[in-house]
Amino acid sequence: MTQQPTNSAARAGGVAAPPPTGPVRLTINGQQHTLQLAPWTTLLDALREYLHLTGTKKGCDHGQCGACTVLVDGKRINSCLTLAVMHEDEDITTIEGLGTPETLHPLQQAFVDHDAFQCGYCTPGQICSAQGLLNEGRAHTEAEIREHMSGNVCRCGAYVGILNAVKEVVDRKSSEHRS
Amino acid sequence: MNSFTYHRATAVADAVREQSGRPDAAYIGGGTNLIDLMKENVARPTHLVSVGKLPLSDIENLPDGGLRLGATATNADTAWHEEVKSRYPLLNQAILAGASPQLRNMATNGGNLMQRTRCYYFYDLATPCNKREPGSGCSAIGGYNRVCGILGTSDSCIATHPSDMCVALAALAPTVRVSGPNGERSIAFDDFHRLPGNQPEKDNTLEPGELIVSLDLPAKGFEKNFSYLKLRDRSSYAFALVSVAAALELDGNTIRDARLALGGVAHKPWRDQEAENLLKGQPATVETFARAAAKVLENAQGHGSNDFKIELAKRAIVRALKQAVEGSQTASDVFLNSNP
Ligand SMILES: Cc1cc2nc3c(=O)[nH]c(=O)nc-3n(C[C@H](O)[C@H](O)[C@H](O)COP(=O)(O)OP(=O)(O)OC[C@H]3O[C@@H](n4cnc5c(N)ncnc54)[C@H](O)[C@@H]3O)c2cc1C
Ligand code: SF4
Ligand code: FES
Ligand code: FES
Repeated sequence: MTQQPTNSAARAGGVAAPPPTGPVRLTINGQQHTLQLAPWTTLLDALREYLHLTGTKKGCDHGQCGACTVLVDGKRINSCLTLAVMHEDEDITTIEGLGTPETLHPLQQAFVDHDAFQCGYCTPGQICSAQGLLNEGRAHTEAEIREHMSGNVCRCGAYVGILNAVKEVVDRKSSEHRS
Repeated sequence: MNSFTYHRATAVADAVREQSGRPDAAYIGGGTNLIDLMKENVARPTHLVSVGKLPLSDIENLPDGGLRLGATATNADTAWHEEVKSRYPLLNQAILAGASPQLRNMATNGGNLMQRTRCYYFYDLATPCNKREPGSGCSAIGGYNRVCGILGTSDSCIATHPSDMCVALAALAPTVRVSGPNGERSIAFDDFHRLPGNQPEKDNTLEPGELIVSLDLPAKGFEKNFSYLKLRDRSSYAFALVSVAAALELDGNTIRDARLALGGVAHKPWRDQEAENLLKGQPATVETFARAAAKVLENAQGHGSNDFKIELAKRAIVRALKQAVEGSQTASDVFLNSNP
């Protein structure tokens, strides 16, 4: 559900004043958008409810699950705990910006190959988080990948597949690096 | 979430001006604690002043050999900064033991100091809580208080400060530089957070409208013998039940200097200088460590569901000091450290 303001008029059951919206410039997956948003619109709600980019998921809405993970200037963040207005003029990448149905992103292909999901609800967040992990370049061993992916919870418990999928892409990247 | 207006501050003076005389306004750094509390209606600011884009994100060497950590530098950029990794590895470990990579990419150093307690009742609007609503009572006393404190508590509040980073900072003793309506001042880290007393609504000694500008670390970083030991319900992405920052300076097997601070046990990161004095000049043995641990927990008091923390803290102190002596921890060991 979209976060609704609970200001006094709405709470009292009266007619709430129209929310004070303003233009917010967002660059998502290389495309510029100007949205009319109230300042309390989270980046997650802006993506899902205003841009209808519903690949990014709302799990807990409190920073506890990672389903809402997106990349901002290449760094992974939880889009549920940040406001859209805080991200003007930054480069935002969502799962829709990684690969296409015809040409899967290497991580997407690895998730398919390793059976790294069941219901798939956590998957967009897992993949965006894994892309962040690759950008950081700090996790190499299984123990490190597990720790660096700990911000993404999988309710179906597909962790073994997720670990193997991420490990495969990490390994491939570091061997390309060496050669 | 309540409705609010938003301002992106362009300079420190601009940020302070936006706040001054407005108790209903709040600064926002990464938003990872404030937005959470706003969604729960625990925090209801009507004006947000975003400080995330202020030019306070640098990490730079100080003339006295110390290191300045900008207030808006993210926890991730701070932990992975080369100078932090090599000169203050205890801080690197403590930061990386907290939250998740995504959250650390958002969280700022200023916001980390200012984050509020994780006491369940503080989040639960249906129950009394003196910290949330002064004078309403404390539901944790006599209630479910597994996450609550055992040291320095009061009859008004037994909450803990949840930060990992701040436990390492308590051991390293930086000064907190702040800017406010009355100009700049510096606060010793130990004086920044406070005990609940009869004013548990006040987490720290920051005055209304004051903005944290930087954390200035002294030159001494205890980069050889240190340990951050965090004990929690799962091996990652959980708050500490008890954590220990231990830092030693050794001369052979003799302890020349010592720092000892605990997390998860009090309303503030708990540094015990008396226990440190019991370590100094002594041989680095388990017996010495046990004496220091007993000192730290001397006046500890459990509240029912958190009684276990007293023994847990004692053992954690001994283990952390042993790890510090072994000097076996490197920056990346935090991953293995989480499974003691
Ligand atoms: C699911 C989850 C798990 C977590 N786990 C851990 C953990 O294991 N260990 C741990 O240590 N932390 C943990 N955290 C907490 C996290 O570290 C804090 O939320 C974060 O450090 C707060 O920083 P921020 O910049 O996002 O603060 P914000 O949310 O932006 O602000 C927090 C408070 O600080 C004030 N503020 C911000 N900047 C300044 C400034 N410069 N001067 C004065 N006031 C300021 C704000 O007004 C607000 O009151 C967790 C958080 C979540 C959501
Ligand atoms: S311990 Fe403090 S925060 Fe928790 S219910 Fe009591 S007063 Fe509130
Ligand atoms: S929806 Fe953002 S972390 Fe769960
Ligand atoms: S696949 Fe169902 S939550 Fe991860």
